Amino acid sequence: MSQYNPLSSLMVEKATGWRLFIKTIIARAYPRIIGQQREKSWVFFDIFLPMLAVSSYVFVYRAIHAPEEYVGFVVVGGAMTAFWMNIMWSMSSQLYWEKEQGNLALYIMAPNSMMAVLLGMAVGGMFATLLRSVAIILLGSLLFHVQYTIGNLIQLLAVFFAAITALYGMGMMSASLFLLLSREADHLAQLATEPVFLVSGFYFPIKSFNFWIAAAASIIPLTLGLDAMRQLVFASGPALGFLNVRVELTILFGLCIAFLFGARALLAYMERLAIREGRLTESRR
Amino acid sequence: MQHPENLRSFKIATWLGWQIESNWTDPFLFAVYSIVKPLASAGILVVMYSIITRGNFNTPIFPYIYFGNAFYIYVGAVMSGISWAVIDDREHYKTLKYMYIAPIRIPVYWLGRGVARFLSGSVAVLITITFGVLFLHVPLDLTKVDWPLFIVSLAMGIAMLSMLGLILASITLLVAHHFFLIGEAVASALYLFSGAIFPLDVLPAWIRPVGFAIPITYWLELMRRSLAGDVAQAFPTLARFSNLQLLGILLGLSILFGLLSVLVYRFCDYRARERGLIDFVTNY
Repeated sequence: MSQYNPLSSLMVEKATGWRLFIKTIIARAYPRIIGQQREKSWVFFDIFLPMLAVSSYVFVYRAIHAPEEYVGFVVVGGAMTAFWMNIMWSMSSQLYWEKEQGNLALYIMAPNSMMAVLLGMAVGGMFATLLRSVAIILLGSLLFHVQYTIGNLIQLLAVFFAAITALYGMGMMSASLFLLLSREADHLAQLATEPVFLVSGFYFPIKSFNFWIAAAASIIPLTLGLDAMRQLVFASGPALGFLNVRVELTILFGLCIAFLFGARALLAYMERLAIREGRLTESRR
Repeated sequence: MQHPENLRSFKIATWLGWQIESNWTDPFLFAVYSIVKPLASAGILVVMYSIITRGNFNTPIFPYIYFGNAFYIYVGAVMSGISWAVIDDREHYKTLKYMYIAPIRIPVYWLGRGVARFLSGSVAVLITITFGVLFLHVPLDLTKVDWPLFIVSLAMGIAMLSMLGLILASITLLVAHHFFLIGEAVASALYLFSGAIFPLDVLPAWIRPVGFAIPITYWLELMRRSLAGDVAQAFPTLARFSNLQLLGILLGLSILFGLLSVLVYRFCDYRARERGLIDFVTNY
């Protein structure tokens, strides 16, 4: 006869291995997906701020009598800025903020993988930002009467998801680099805004640059992602494209693999380094 | 006794602001940070312009865009510099309550905190304009610059932006940390509505009145006119106004916003004390 254990109803089966990994991803993605929607001011600012920039650049193009498809280029580029901002502020700087608030040590102490924490941040951020960028595209297209000519929807979706996956892989890599930073984290995140918008061609076709500059800028996944998407959604896109869409898609898949594996290796290295140097709990104000 | 207290508050805040803004890294990285951001921002506009005009920089619209964008650096720097001090002191350093009990004047202290960003903004403006003149044929002949107009407009503009910054700082007293985007949002909105980088005539007719109500519109026009004279007056938006009239409008609006900043500060300060928000830490 088995003995009755009064605590048995309170005992929870511990998740381990892949189950723990998946549960950690979901747990870290949850505040990104649900929490961010609860804070209405963030939803407003995340859509409103890129829309203001988009509108300004659209009116610049109109002031210099640019062809109308450039307005569409700006709207699509403006929508993708939401992803870059999310990478810089909610991925790269996140571990620094967690450190500032004292949560980082708890993350490290907990019996889960930091890689799963980063993946959760990425998945949640990706989904929440997708909603905002769709809103920017819809608003921008309605306000400025943008015309789209989508030829190959499958290729478009493949380009988009490859670019975003590679981008968040890059975000995970930079998050581990930011692990060592302190006050400079905010400044470095700010420094990586306008220069990246410039070299990645957020508001103009990247083909306008010299080949080697455009090739170097392609290390940022949004450069090729934007270029390929513009080729696939605008009638004049292919003429203004940097490389063939298939080539760009292949490079993006390569970047996905490189950044995701790079993030894993870099995170392990940086975590060890940060522990050795005692920088996980420091707060240099 | 009021004068030494104001002066002391301003001087100490300026020194403190400079330390906070600059000592997060070594001077080299700080210089790179101060130069690269504004140049990249101007670079976006330059590339957009050169693609469409095939590199023809000898049109009146180019200096219009370039000067407008360069001087707009001050708007973000001064306004956000002043209002950010509230969030920084209250949430990050948790020292706002100590500032309140110290023998200083809070609005003057905030203005002083904005000086550091004004200085780094000035360097950015200077570098952006120098780069444009040297490499992009931006028309600037130092012998033809209307220096008195330039100096008076610049001084009035900075004073006006400080008053706008004070209004934002006062409002920031009542809001949580996650509203840190308030300065950026206001600066972006003004960038669009003031026609900083395009003539207001390009905006839909129903939005233009917003631009005419903003002092920054007149200030940027004065800055362009003082540096590039006829080039700036080629656009019909404010062509009917003489320089003196523009100065008068800017002065009137600056006084209006100055008075408004006093009222808003008094109201927000009172509400913040009433609701116990001076040592408010929202932490997310």
